[in-house]
Amino acid sequence: MLSPWAGCLSQSYATPHAATSHLKWGVHPTALLGDGELWGGAEAAQHCRWRCEEEWDFLWCDVTWLRENFDHVYLEEHVRICHFRNHYELSRKNYLVKNLKRFRKQLEREAGKLEAARCDFFPKTFELPSEYHLFVEEFRKKPGTTWIMKPVGRSQGKGIFLFRKLKDIFDWKMAGRASRKTECVFTIFPVYKLERGNCLFVFPQDGGRTNEQKDETQIETYVVQRYIENPYLIGGRKFDLRVYILVTSYSPLKAWLYRDGFARFSSMRFTLNSIDDHYVHLTNVAVQKTAPDYDPEKGCKWMIQQLRQYLTAKHGTGLVEVLFADMDNIFIKSLQSVQKVIISDKRCFELYGYDILIDQDLKPWLLEVNASPSLAASSQEDYELKCHLLEDTLHVVDMEGRLTGKEKRVGGFDLIWNDGPVSRGGNLGALVNGNFMANTHLGCFNDRKKQLKELFGNLPA
Amino acid sequence: MKNTGKNQSELSLSASLQRITILSQLLHSGHDFIMSEEHEISLHNPEIKLESLKEDIKDFLKTSGWEKKLQNAVYSELNVFPSPCHPAAPPEHMKEPLAYMRKAQGSWEKRILKSLNSMCTELSIPLAQKRPASEQKELLNKWNEMGTDEPDLSLFRPVYAPKDFLEVLMNLRNPNYENGEQPSFRNHLGLIQVPLKVKDIPELKEDFSELDLNIGQLGIDDSAQVPPEFFENEHVRIGQKVLAEQDSAAAQQYVRQGCPTALRADLWALILNISNQPEDILYYEQLKSNVIQHDLLVDSLIYKDVKLTASNDDYYFVFEDYLYQVLLCFSRDTSVLEHFAYSSATPPKSYIQGKLGIEEYAVFYPPNGVIPFHGFSMYVAPLCFLYHEPSKLYQIFREMYVRFFFRLHSISSHPSGIVSLCLLFETLLQTHLPQLFYHLREIGAQPLRISFKWMVRAFSGYLATDQLLLLWDRILGYNSLEILAVLAAAVFAFRAVNLMEVTSLAAAEAVLADLSTLKVMPLLQIFLFATVT
Repeated sequence: MLSPWAGCLSQSYATPHAATSHLKWGVHPTALLGDGELWGGAEAAQHCRWRCEEEWDFLWCDVTWLRENFDHVYLEEHVRICHFRNHYELSRKNYLVKNLKRFRKQLEREAGKLEAARCDFFPKTFELPSEYHLFVEEFRKKPGTTWIMKPVGRSQGKGIFLFRKLKDIFDWKMAGRASRKTECVFTIFPVYKLERGNCLFVFPQDGGRTNEQKDETQIETYVVQRYIENPYLIGGRKFDLRVYILVTSYSPLKAWLYRDGFARFSSMRFTLNSIDDHYVHLTNVAVQKTAPDYDPEKGCKWMIQQLRQYLTAKHGTGLVEVLFADMDNIFIKSLQSVQKVIISDKRCFELYGYDILIDQDLKPWLLEVNASPSLAASSQEDYELKCHLLEDTLHVVDMEGRLTGKEKRVGGFDLIWNDGPVSRGGNLGALVNGNFMANTHLGCFNDRKKQLKELFGNLPA
Repeated sequence: MKNTGKNQSELSLSASLQRITILSQLLHSGHDFIMSEEHEISLHNPEIKLESLKEDIKDFLKTSGWEKKLQNAVYSELNVFPSPCHPAAPPEHMKEPLAYMRKAQGSWEKRILKSLNSMCTELSIPLAQKRPASEQKELLNKWNEMGTDEPDLSLFRPVYAPKDFLEVLMNLRNPNYENGEQPSFRNHLGLIQVPLKVKDIPELKEDFSELDLNIGQLGIDDSAQVPPEFFENEHVRIGQKVLAEQDSAAAQQYVRQGCPTALRADLWALILNISNQPEDILYYEQLKSNVIQHDLLVDSLIYKDVKLTASNDDYYFVFEDYLYQVLLCFSRDTSVLEHFAYSSATPPKSYIQGKLGIEEYAVFYPPNGVIPFHGFSMYVAPLCFLYHEPSKLYQIFREMYVRFFFRLHSISSHPSGIVSLCLLFETLLQTHLPQLFYHLREIGAQPLRISFKWMVRAFSGYLATDQLLLLWDRILGYNSLEILAVLAAAVFAFRAVNLMEVTSLAAAEAVLADLSTLKVMPLLQIFLFATVT
């Protein structure tokens, strides 16, 4: 199966527009699939006609490249790059916590306790080792609750464990020092330019780490978070949601929400008895893939549309709408909390993967924000979702300059924040009959092809 | 409750028994009512007169909702039981009036039983045995997660698959029918060769008149492009009203236009007359304890079926545990035996070891008389989207089975029976898409070979779940399975262009392999009401 990037590019950019003849896009089968995965190799040799060049207009890179090169490379006005310089304010768990706490305090000062309470979608979190004493205080207040320890910089469920006793942390620290598994760290492949266009994709490569990088892994920062012990279960299984948010600018804040997403199920039934069992508690597909009874054909995923239908059948439309409105609140508030901190750059955009967990009271919790959401596909349906997601991302980034800037919807993306809430009906920013209906359609019908045709169909080929 | 005719068939007896249950509930409740202090009428009131008592009881029936419940119970029975036939007709005629059909069903059953018995002997597993105490305890602990069990099922095979059943149906012949013609392509186009009466499109249009183009439908008129004020809001409002009134007949009429997602579970329960009373829950718990105590061979068949079908489905895998909880209990439920009174099938009998042939030692096996086949668990899977409480889910499934699903795997002449559905499908296709039918036949791709499995499973596992539920709304609404045959023909009509270009059965199957993107209601509407006939 082709990677979603290849699928995306081959479909939508096979016939370039006249306006972008200098920006032709080619089929390219290997690309960064998100942190941690490399796909392609042999097929790359077959399909790819690459030449080594230094120039590009659109860059989809990994965060390591960004960190090492962004400050040293001259970027023209028109180029687009897929990360913000300090995206880690949102994607690293310890920074996110700091930013949210600060934002909450600010809201409380400005708008009162009630408004600040709307920021309570993040389970109590402490950074270790710096906030260890604060954590212990909180821990002692409620003995017996389960906590989850997560490394700040890693993904795909690596390094996570659950505990109920302080002794467990101590044991883990001791054990960890003895043997730390070597992690795959990526170095940069030489830069390539497609024969047909100026699209640059930087791929990871296994192999030699520098000494600095080795040292880094020794002093890892962790966050410890209160574990949500009453997750919403379907068929006895725990699940979390992956939702995609595209931010094209932080000042002013402009954010788009993708209608599709998926719910990732744990392959085992949920029980608090076996907190060592990663397969029960961690719902990342990466972890589930190694579970003994994992069936790759199964995919352990539901589209969000299915989930929304199921919940509506069970709880009725009213409660489900409140749930989804609460999720909108999570997206907006989290972005607002980092708005002032993120180094704004007109050339940057970012596609975030939000991980949300719903508890039994139908309250959504934010688990984390991924700045490089995985683009590997676990099934045909998943593949199509990611292809379309990438296609629509490219449409919104609009290298071809086709959008007017007044659009509230592009393909599967709905504009949810444009320096202010965006309402469904009427023009950008208008209130409808005093009843504000947010322009969000998560889990709703996604007739993106039709919408794209309406949007772009009238433009000259 | 008078019994007409000398023959006190099982039918009227069980119907009487059902009414007795309702009435006894009514009397208890009425007794409480009369004894209650709140009400004006009490035994201490000296002003009670016999004349007004009758009126007061009538009022009581109305205000307490009992009148509605009685109505619903009666209505539900009317739906299920066939109309009384000639008083001199033997009970077999209630099951199946045509002799050759009965015979065919009998030999099919013998074959299934033989297959089951030989599997039993081969594997030296008894049909049923009591579980040792330790195993019982273990099963009780694991009741909510039986899917984690991984018994070795490699030696078990499903007793039969839909395609085996199709072979049997293809060989059905009416010995009394002689049309005097040589068999030729003109009169032997399709696979089904029995002369049953099936409806044509004008008749179907009348029957399914609520699906007409000018009537609002969920599945069409609730799409994103249509403003909800046009149809959807009003339809939801009416649905809430129907639920408030608790009127079974009104609900059945209402769902013909589709159920709103939030109301569907309650509406179906209303139509099927399931109320999940304490005695129902108790009954389910009893079945559960039967499962714990005894191990049946069919349990392994059920496990195998769930693992092969529902667990591998992208959407139903989540409900694996519920499926075991429902199906294992189902196979021990002897109340299901009642449906054999109006089904052409007969439950298989088994004898206690060593007492073969002695009637006193005969038991029905499995206790509910239904041997599961490959894909059986897919009847339950879609219901898991609606019902989460095991005993309610169980009752809904049981009622759906004894009303509809049993007809899909027994040989009968009933208009909703699988034989009639197959013939309806083939006739519709031959009449309205003759070129396509002829082409497919020529390349060795008889359409029924492809659509049979859809109909046997009532499309479960083939359509997207929301579409499937919209389809099953109409099955409940019209109390008939004919819509399955119409949909099958509509799917072929929809993909006719691609099908005309294929040159082999495999290619035809590939064109029709993925139905998950189909929208059921527009297809049905176009086929019935917008195609030039």
